[in-house]
Amino acid sequence: MSGTQQAVAIGQGFARPRSARRRWIGGLHGADYVWALAFAVPYAVIFLGFVVYPICYGLWLGSDPQLYSELFADPRYFTAVINTVIYVGVGVNLKMFLAFMLSGFFMRKRWWVKALLVVFILPWATPALPAYMSIHWLLNGQWGMLNSILWLLFGIDGPVYLNSHWMGLAANIGAYVWKNLPFWTIILLAGRMSIPQELYEAAAVDGAAGLRKFAHVTYPLMANLYFVCILLDTVFALGDFNATYFVSGGGPAMSTEVLATLGIRYAYTVALPRLGVAEVMTALPVLIPLVYILMRKLRVSEGQL
Amino acid sequence: MSAAYGRTVTTDTGFAAGTVAGTTQPVRRRTSRPHYRLRRYAMEALAMAFGLVLAVWSVLPLYNMWMIALDSHNDVFSGAIWPENPTLESFRVVVTQDFWYLARFWHQFGNSFYVGLSVMFLTLAIGSLASFTVGRMRMRHGWMLSNAALMTYVIPASFLAIPMYRIMQIYGLTNNLSSVILALTTFATPYAIFIFSQYGKSIPMELDESARIDGANPLQIYLRIYLPLMAPALVAVGTYALLLAWNEYLYNFLLLSTPESMTVAVALAQFLNSDESPWNFMMATAIIYAMPPIILYYGFRRYMAAGLTMGGVKG
Repeated sequence: MSGTQQAVAIGQGFARPRSARRRWIGGLHGADYVWALAFAVPYAVIFLGFVVYPICYGLWLGSDPQLYSELFADPRYFTAVINTVIYVGVGVNLKMFLAFMLSGFFMRKRWWVKALLVVFILPWATPALPAYMSIHWLLNGQWGMLNSILWLLFGIDGPVYLNSHWMGLAANIGAYVWKNLPFWTIILLAGRMSIPQELYEAAAVDGAAGLRKFAHVTYPLMANLYFVCILLDTVFALGDFNATYFVSGGGPAMSTEVLATLGIRYAYTVALPRLGVAEVMTALPVLIPLVYILMRKLRVSEGQL
Repeated sequence: MSAAYGRTVTTDTGFAAGTVAGTTQPVRRRTSRPHYRLRRYAMEALAMAFGLVLAVWSVLPLYNMWMIALDSHNDVFSGAIWPENPTLESFRVVVTQDFWYLARFWHQFGNSFYVGLSVMFLTLAIGSLASFTVGRMRMRHGWMLSNAALMTYVIPASFLAIPMYRIMQIYGLTNNLSSVILALTTFATPYAIFIFSQYGKSIPMELDESARIDGANPLQIYLRIYLPLMAPALVAVGTYALLLAWNEYLYNFLLLSTPESMTVAVALAQFLNSDESPWNFMMATAIIYAMPPIILYYGFRRYMAAGLTMGGVKG
């Protein structure tokens, strides 16, 4: 059947094969429809059982208004909100900016740059847990290696990093940047490499150099990718549990907790799972628009590619 | 146009100020060559210095891990940059399970592998089947499936942790490795569907159609045409899923609490429970735990990079 359609298509120019294809697949008949359904079932089951059900269950757990008054009365919650804003805002933007700059650096065609890239990937290839444990120990005020190095090089006694709120938060952000910088650098590097060289050559012929090449070629072509990366990483950073939990441990005195860790802390240390769920729910007004924009962006890009 | 361009180049050579880039270029280069070369060397040196800083930044925490692991038990608190008496004692302790936190280390290592491989297999199977229906068979409401996947991809897993824990209790799966396998498959599959649908577009539809004419049913097309041609994407996503499962901590920690069911990640974090933990043992465990993903990553780097650029977040 599709054979005859193909034959007709050849006679009728370019638009036909496409509609022929749609005829064949779009109107799935009998047995094919059953097959298609059977192939879709495993994911549908996973999605209903482990995404939709937990979400609904979570909404039900956090539906008591009493929880929110309890939550807003807790000063630790507000500290966590502020910390999350700083963590996400600084962590994501700093990292993306560095990744963008570094992706330019790694465009250099030198053997040592290629070798450096292999080393530079290490933080990302290492699992988060051991890496963050090591950073926690590295920053130890008394026995940490960082302070030993400072002492050897400059003869100064470094501070006890994780005993202060600000330095603890900075350490968490630093660890998060350290871990994820290679990943985003590679994504942006791939984006840069996909810019056709001819565009730069054309710009050079027109007399553009350095900054103007960047402003008129690199920037317009990279802006969308950069924006998608920022959004995606905002979501990842918002849900990042490991860096805060293992580097500062939320301390000193729970002053560096972020929303992702405080929720777990409520649920398992204080045994108030409902409060934990309510705490996560307060992130929804930010999360939902983000997810919505991201879904649109990613879907559009899927259509284009 | 190009002919005119060629003529200006040849006739303009006598003019001091050429309008075409091609004519001004050699003049400028000739006058400033020594400076230019000097500046290039300076730039290269600067770049190398920067590269060195970058290398130190990347490696320092890992170097720290090794140094503590090589410390003997009494030297851990010295903070030395190079251990006074480097010893492999702590690795021996881990490998021979000679410490009570590590009593079931190899069993837990096996658990981690079991979870990783199961998640990988399930993710590949479920993801490729779903992408086949949506991308190849074009099921009527297939877009709902890909939207569901996309939504799961952008919801932070840690925000679902508490309800997920309760759900697993309802399903009766706590302290059972399948709970972690199912949860992590849920979070790995969306990426798989995303990448597979991207990659699938590069496989010509005509192949499916000609197989149809030869009388193949969708299952045969899936097995004999779709899967073999998707091999690079399967490798990339398989590696991704395996690494995701191996590196995960939060869900392992919440869902597995008995020494029998624990994975290495949970066993490793147990060291943090007490203040007098032997840090060198902990770091030795951490290094052994970090080895498989690092080896896997560098082994499949080519495919991973391909997988990422294939679609990951391409805008």
